Amino acid sequence: MENPIIELDGLTKIYGSVRAVDDLHLKIGKGEIFGLLGPNGAGKTTTILMMLGLAEPSAGTAFVCGLNATTNPIAVKRKVGYMPDSVGFYDSMTALENLMYIGRLNGIPEEQTEVRARQTMEMVGLAGEMDKKAAAYSRGMKQRLGLADVLIREPEVIILDEPTLGIDPSGVKEFLSFIRHLSRQQGLTVILSSHHLHQVQQVCDRVGIFVGGKLLVEGNIETLSRNLFGEESFTVVVTVRDPLPASWNLRKEVEQFAAIRNINVSDKSVEFSCTEDLTPDIVRFFVEKGLNVMGVHKKEFGLDDIYQRYFENNLKKNISDGKSGGLFQRSFFKKIKTQ
Amino acid sequence: MENQAVYFKGLFSKRLKHSSDMLSAESPFTVMVRKEVADHVRSWRFIVMVILIILTFIGSMYVSLGMIRNAVANEKDPDHLFVYLKLLTITDHTFPPFHIFISFLGPLLGIGLGFDAVNAEQNNGTLTRLLAQPVYRDNLLLAKFTGALIVISVLFLSLGLLMIGGGIIITGVPIEPVEFLRILGFILLTILYVGFWLSLSICLSVVFKHAATSALTAIGIWLFFAFFYGFVVNIIAKALLPDNGFMAPEQALAYNNLLLDLLRIAPGQLYNDATTTLLMPSVRSLGPLTMEQMAGAIPSPLPLKESIMIVWPQITGLIATITVCFAVTYRLFMRREIRT
Repeated sequence: MENPIIELDGLTKIYGSVRAVDDLHLKIGKGEIFGLLGPNGAGKTTTILMMLGLAEPSAGTAFVCGLNATTNPIAVKRKVGYMPDSVGFYDSMTALENLMYIGRLNGIPEEQTEVRARQTMEMVGLAGEMDKKAAAYSRGMKQRLGLADVLIREPEVIILDEPTLGIDPSGVKEFLSFIRHLSRQQGLTVILSSHHLHQVQQVCDRVGIFVGGKLLVEGNIETLSRNLFGEESFTVVVTVRDPLPASWNLRKEVEQFAAIRNINVSDKSVEFSCTEDLTPDIVRFFVEKGLNVMGVHKKEFGLDDIYQRYFENNLKKNISDGKSGGLFQRSFFKKIKTQ
Repeated sequence: MENQAVYFKGLFSKRLKHSSDMLSAESPFTVMVRKEVADHVRSWRFIVMVILIILTFIGSMYVSLGMIRNAVANEKDPDHLFVYLKLLTITDHTFPPFHIFISFLGPLLGIGLGFDAVNAEQNNGTLTRLLAQPVYRDNLLLAKFTGALIVISVLFLSLGLLMIGGGIIITGVPIEPVEFLRILGFILLTILYVGFWLSLSICLSVVFKHAATSALTAIGIWLFFAFFYGFVVNIIAKALLPDNGFMAPEQALAYNNLLLDLLRIAPGQLYNDATTTLLMPSVRSLGPLTMEQMAGAIPSPLPLKESIMIVWPQITGLIATITVCFAVTYRLFMRREIRT
């Protein structure tokens, strides 16, 4: 990558005996939207804090905008906007006052503070709620105010820690599309941490999956899915109206398609896993057989599947290694399954 | 700043961007101090404390104004000509003078302004947000301390000046420069004393995560020094030291001084010693004096410089304790995890 705006080199943070972040190497380019994914406690926030110079790395360096974040945090913080996961405001002040305070701290001249604060509030869609007390704000509004807080200083990089936490689904969608719009329009680099995979999938150019302080894998979603699912990267599910005759030997009949690797027959639907996209052929085959096709669904692998697959692999490895981390990952695994 | 503006091209009007080069902004520290002062002045707890202090001030002034005629006429008292110092110190023994009240209320004011300085920010999630701004971490602590100290200083200075002004109107006696300086010294001392409790409570607000814990601990320390410390020192002294009757005078003097020094560990004692000396110019020593030392002394008021020389150790002691509290706070806060 040419001239990365963020460059983490062997970044490590040790708390007591726990390696919260373990030898992290990562480069993020300018204008990119990068998703940091991982379960709670994977070291995402610690990594972010080290990028801002708010936590000292035990080893390694973090360069942000060409500056060493550990030795020169003030200069880095001038260029990077950070929204913490549990963003809080001074309840006794109005939202506008809160924002103006941050504006002043960033050295915006007094005469412009209010104008800038108002413009930023309008930009994030809080124009009507400016003079309400911050205590009266709902979670989603606070999140927007947090974003305004980040934007008022005109940063080059914005880092959002769990920005979608606690907002309703439509709010999340709006929020993320706003971030994407902002990034595209102004060339902002955005780093987004989350454990909500499908949300991140919607906006991120590239993702990195974090588990136990290690970056397991990074890349864009298509690459990740190709690497992981390899041969069976296309799955087609065909649903028919009437239950399939039990006597019908489907396996034998579809042998003509060499690309099919696996078939899974249930009462009214058949799932094909194939190495290339066989959807039209499979549909034609069903129609020729005189079956009433109700629906055809081509499954694309999303982050959820990628994530899960990584966990499966990691889990197996950990159990065989006898590592204690397995317990935690197992409980998390259960959690994402029930979601 | 210029290169950052590039990314927001067209977002803010050109007119603004041009003027931003010409205008200079305040430093983040000033901004933070201003916000702290505003917060304190608007907070209910400060208003309640101020009302309490003003009431005691009015009460003690009322009592001393009623007795000022007799006090000034009392020729046996070497300080009887210092009308304004008398106003601050005389009492009818039903209502204590103002400086005694402040030795009790001052700690409460200091604790009230500082006990949730850092932990409330952390619990509200504003600390991370604040420190993600381009500000130095110690600026936060410094701003908390300075902001509260400014508020306290303004409060006591205006009370003192009000008293002098009111005194001039009521008694018609012009104030002596020495008196004015002594009262100013008393006010500065009071600010230092409250400043000590302020820095202690800010320190506790860094140590404890919950505001209630830090407030209770600070009040506990205050109560210990105000009521139990003298008691404990006396009991231990009685148990360990030989009886007064069997001691040579020099030995008794040495033990007595040791006892006083132990008592002076309490900041309240330091404050009382210092204010008494400043407000009563005839006080020559804070410990026992031997007959030889007293020989030839005329009971007359000391010059201001001599009084300050007597209380200099106390003032240094107060400043030292403030510095220690502040240093501990720095040590704890500077490298600490700021995550909630």
